[in-house]
Amino acid sequence: MAIPANALTSIVARWEFADGNPLMGAAMIGVYRPGASILHRLPAGVKLLGLLVFTTAVLIWRSPITVAIGLFVVAVGYLSAGYSPRVLLAQVWPLRWIVILLVPFQWWLGGWRSAVAIVGTLILAVAAAGLVSLTTRIVDLLAVLDRVLSPLRRVGVDPERISLLIALSIRVVPVMLELVDTVREARRARGAERSLRAFATPVVVRTVGYSQRLGDALIARGIDD
Amino acid sequence: MITFEHLSHRFGDRPVLSDITCRLAEQRIGIIGANGSGKSTFVRMINGLATPTEGRVLVDDLDPARHGREVRRRVSFLFSDPDAQIIMPTVGEDIAFSLRRHKLTADQLDQRTAAILDTVGLSGYVEHPAHLLSSGQKQLLAVATVLVTEPDILIADEPTTLLDLRHTRAICELFATLTQQLVVVTHDLNVVADFERVLVIDEGRIVADGDPGECIDFYRRSMGVR
Ligand SMILES: Nc1ncnc2c1ncn2[C@@H]1O[C@H](COP(=O)(O)OP(=O)(O)O)[C@@H](O)[C@H]1O
Ligand SMILES: [Mg+2]
Repeated sequence: MAIPANALTSIVARWEFADGNPLMGAAMIGVYRPGASILHRLPAGVKLLGLLVFTTAVLIWRSPITVAIGLFVVAVGYLSAGYSPRVLLAQVWPLRWIVILLVPFQWWLGGWRSAVAIVGTLILAVAAAGLVSLTTRIVDLLAVLDRVLSPLRRVGVDPERISLLIALSIRVVPVMLELVDTVREARRARGAERSLRAFATPVVVRTVGYSQRLGDALIARGIDD
Repeated sequence: MITFEHLSHRFGDRPVLSDITCRLAEQRIGIIGANGSGKSTFVRMINGLATPTEGRVLVDDLDPARHGREVRRRVSFLFSDPDAQIIMPTVGEDIAFSLRRHKLTADQLDQRTAAILDTVGLSGYVEHPAHLLSSGQKQLLAVATVLVTEPDILIADEPTTLLDLRHTRAICELFATLTQQLVVVTHDLNVVADFERVLVIDEGRIVADGDPGECIDFYRRSMGVR
């Protein structure tokens, strides 16, 4: 099916870095972006296995050199899939606070090598996972998951429910971010920027409302079939 | 065919629908009435989203309170807020979610998806992130996800409330082409003006029923609008 890939990417990129604020990109973590690269065409199961091997390897051989090699591999991965370094940055951007806290702590505890190894491994794991979800459609990921989880059927767990749950969690993130933004704007418009209550109350009320509507829609779309 | 038999409903001790008996056989039926008059509760009974405290509703002789799944397979429901209806990250994946029980091959799935997106005017959006669509486009996608399963009856509860004029018209034009039975709750009286039948609900009762022109006039007068 023909899709205007360039137009699409540019819409996503514009949305992602609105106001030059890479934080906006956080909303786009792991959202599939169509493309024709080798990574895009690789079966989802192979990518998941690769991710597992890669993450295990950097965890086992935790060292600055491993981090350097891993970073090279991940960067080549992003570039070969047609993504700019900014996309890579957007994937790991949510980690910034953890990094800022962890680096001095690990440095003090075990020296700079340990700090680089541990924080580097964390960043690598997130970046690599991000690359897999950017290049893989959720349905394909879910299909693999269904297969991997199918032994659970014997103990009475429905794997489709689990994968649906995962799909829902992915879905809810952008909705919640938008909701929080709306409430923040409304609060600013009414000059109550600093009031926690003026923030928390509408967020909770709207979240409950949204989950009720979502529940209705799920029933109506045959979730219990 | 939808039949209400002495159906009443209360939330706590507050009556919301009072002894409603009617038979909905026309192809396109509009439901209008003031905020809080019970319209949503009325239509939610039809696919079992709400269960009456007294009486019952039958869809082709099936009671949604007992045969929820069978009824929901025939009756699709469209809500006002498309954000709550779209579950999967991309347009194509959300359509595929509706068809997950239909045991289609990848090719068949692609074809059905392309066909329904073409019907609602979203062709070319298969791989588009669903939450980056405009609200009008999201609602068109929501329509596609409910129509693709080919229901016998489509219920829509204020489907155009959040839409601009252009997308409202797109939805109406789409409704006009449908062959299934259509029950539409709306505050936009133009939406139901050319339907076969309109019900006016007030405080949980059907206060006018019949020709759209007359019912809409009645409703306007009762609201003090000339
Ligand atoms: N889940 C609920 N619990 C309690 N009261 C409700 C609930 N849903 C609706 N109501 C009340 O029932 C009445 C009818 O609601 P509704 O059917 O949504 O009306 P409409 O769709 O015509 O605006 C309203 O007064 C509303 O407050
Ligand atoms: Mg309502």
